[in-house]
Amino acid sequence: MSDFSQQFPVVFGALNEGFLQTLKLFAITLAGALPLGLVIYFGEVNSWAPFAALASRLSAAQKSAALAKFLESFCPIAALVKFIIWVVRGTPLMLQLLVIYYFPGLVWNNPIWGSGMEGRFLASAAAFVFNYACYFAEIYRGGIQSVPKGQQEAGQVLGMTKSQIFFKVTLLQMIKRILPPISNEIITLVKDTSLARVVALQEIIWMGEEFLKGSRGIAGAIWPLFFTGTYYLVFSGILTALLNRAERRLDFFKA
Amino acid sequence: MPILEIENLQKSFDGQKVLRGISLSLEKGDVVTLIGPSGNGKTTLLRCINFLETPDGGSITVNGEKIFDAAKAARQSEAEIRKKRLHFGMVFQNFNLFPQYTALQNVALAKELLEKERAGKSLSAREIKAGAEKEARALLAQVGLSDKADYYPHQLSGGQQQRVAIARALALRPDILCFDEPTSALDPELTGEVLRVIKSLADGSTTMIIVTHEMAFARDVASKIVFIENGKIAEEGTPEKIFEHPDNRRVAEFIRG
Repeated sequence: MSDFSQQFPVVFGALNEGFLQTLKLFAITLAGALPLGLVIYFGEVNSWAPFAALASRLSAAQKSAALAKFLESFCPIAALVKFIIWVVRGTPLMLQLLVIYYFPGLVWNNPIWGSGMEGRFLASAAAFVFNYACYFAEIYRGGIQSVPKGQQEAGQVLGMTKSQIFFKVTLLQMIKRILPPISNEIITLVKDTSLARVVALQEIIWMGEEFLKGSRGIAGAIWPLFFTGTYYLVFSGILTALLNRAERRLDFFKA
Repeated sequence: MPILEIENLQKSFDGQKVLRGISLSLEKGDVVTLIGPSGNGKTTLLRCINFLETPDGGSITVNGEKIFDAAKAARQSEAEIRKKRLHFGMVFQNFNLFPQYTALQNVALAKELLEKERAGKSLSAREIKAGAEKEARALLAQVGLSDKADYYPHQLSGGQQQRVAIARALALRPDILCFDEPTSALDPELTGEVLRVIKSLADGSTTMIIVTHEMAFARDVASKIVFIENGKIAEEGTPEKIFEHPDNRRVAEFIRG
């Protein structure tokens, strides 16, 4: 098949198939990472300091002041979560994909992801959800901390509970502040999904590239790969419009 | 019986003593203005009364009920503190209105939440909301803002925002209303409208504690003036005494400016 009009329907079908995988990975990542990010945020600011009592006993006995000072404010959960965020944000997502997909099978001899496309998809989704959740957690942290303390205090002196203050006062202000950086991450995610080809997930780039090597009777064709760009452009265009609309809907107040 | 009795209140931040034993007593209907140099503990005192800070020493008694006693340092539950806070209303220097709510919603919100909690299922959510909004409208009228009920804070001037904040602080009918430099963020023109509202509350015998740097106002509105310096009460007395013949030389200097 050398004629473009013959090639096009074949390529179109294959790219649509690939794009469906792309969309699925995108949707599941968002659905998982947005709430998981909040959980990670709460872990990051957890103030459980189990060694505070020990610290006060140390300083009462006037022993090892430096250790006492460290133990007093040492929050193991927060420290662990911060370490995890450092690792996840400090290494390439591509590397995380490879580790998550291959590690269980090759090192533990226990290929938990199963074989075939479903396994590749599950492993990719897990890697993406976790990676994006760490970024979202940091955005949430910035958003929550940027709501002035006075808002919380105003709620407190009006006798509101902690959860009333969070849901009725701070949440919407926080959403307004985090929407622009979250939009940024969402648009980045659209394109990052292509990284999943590294574990041979047959998303749209993979499908386009197949026609270079030869697939479904077409070989040496570069245009399908270029054509995948159109899918990304259209999809991110739609998302941009939706996100802008959400931002405009929060324009009714200033915070 | 005094409506509020503060005894030997102490508070330090990082080893720095901010309150060094403040004792103060208010009768119902009293208007006490706290004056004195900045950074000497006036605001911290108000924040301690409102449970925004926990004092290190001393006690606070409202209507004969000891609501805080540092000697019995048992940690109070959130629910207990909430209940005790309701004795007080607080108006902040920076208003701290909720930006996503209209003036009316700002005033009605806390009342509505509290009523829902208290009423359980005996009243419908809509009835409670309507009730809270009706009261909120009356309060907005009281501060002269009936026509601004549906405006958002950013659509109001600073003076109007502060008047909404006063209406909001009144919504839960506190025993004692606290003002933390209510006009410090306002230009002189807007200051006047806020001070007039506070004056009208004073005339209506609302019990108030007001931290202010507006000397003429402090003198005009107060039944008692308290001069705080270095975390201690340097002198207290009637406006006439403090302004005409204070015992303390520092008070005379501060007032003269």
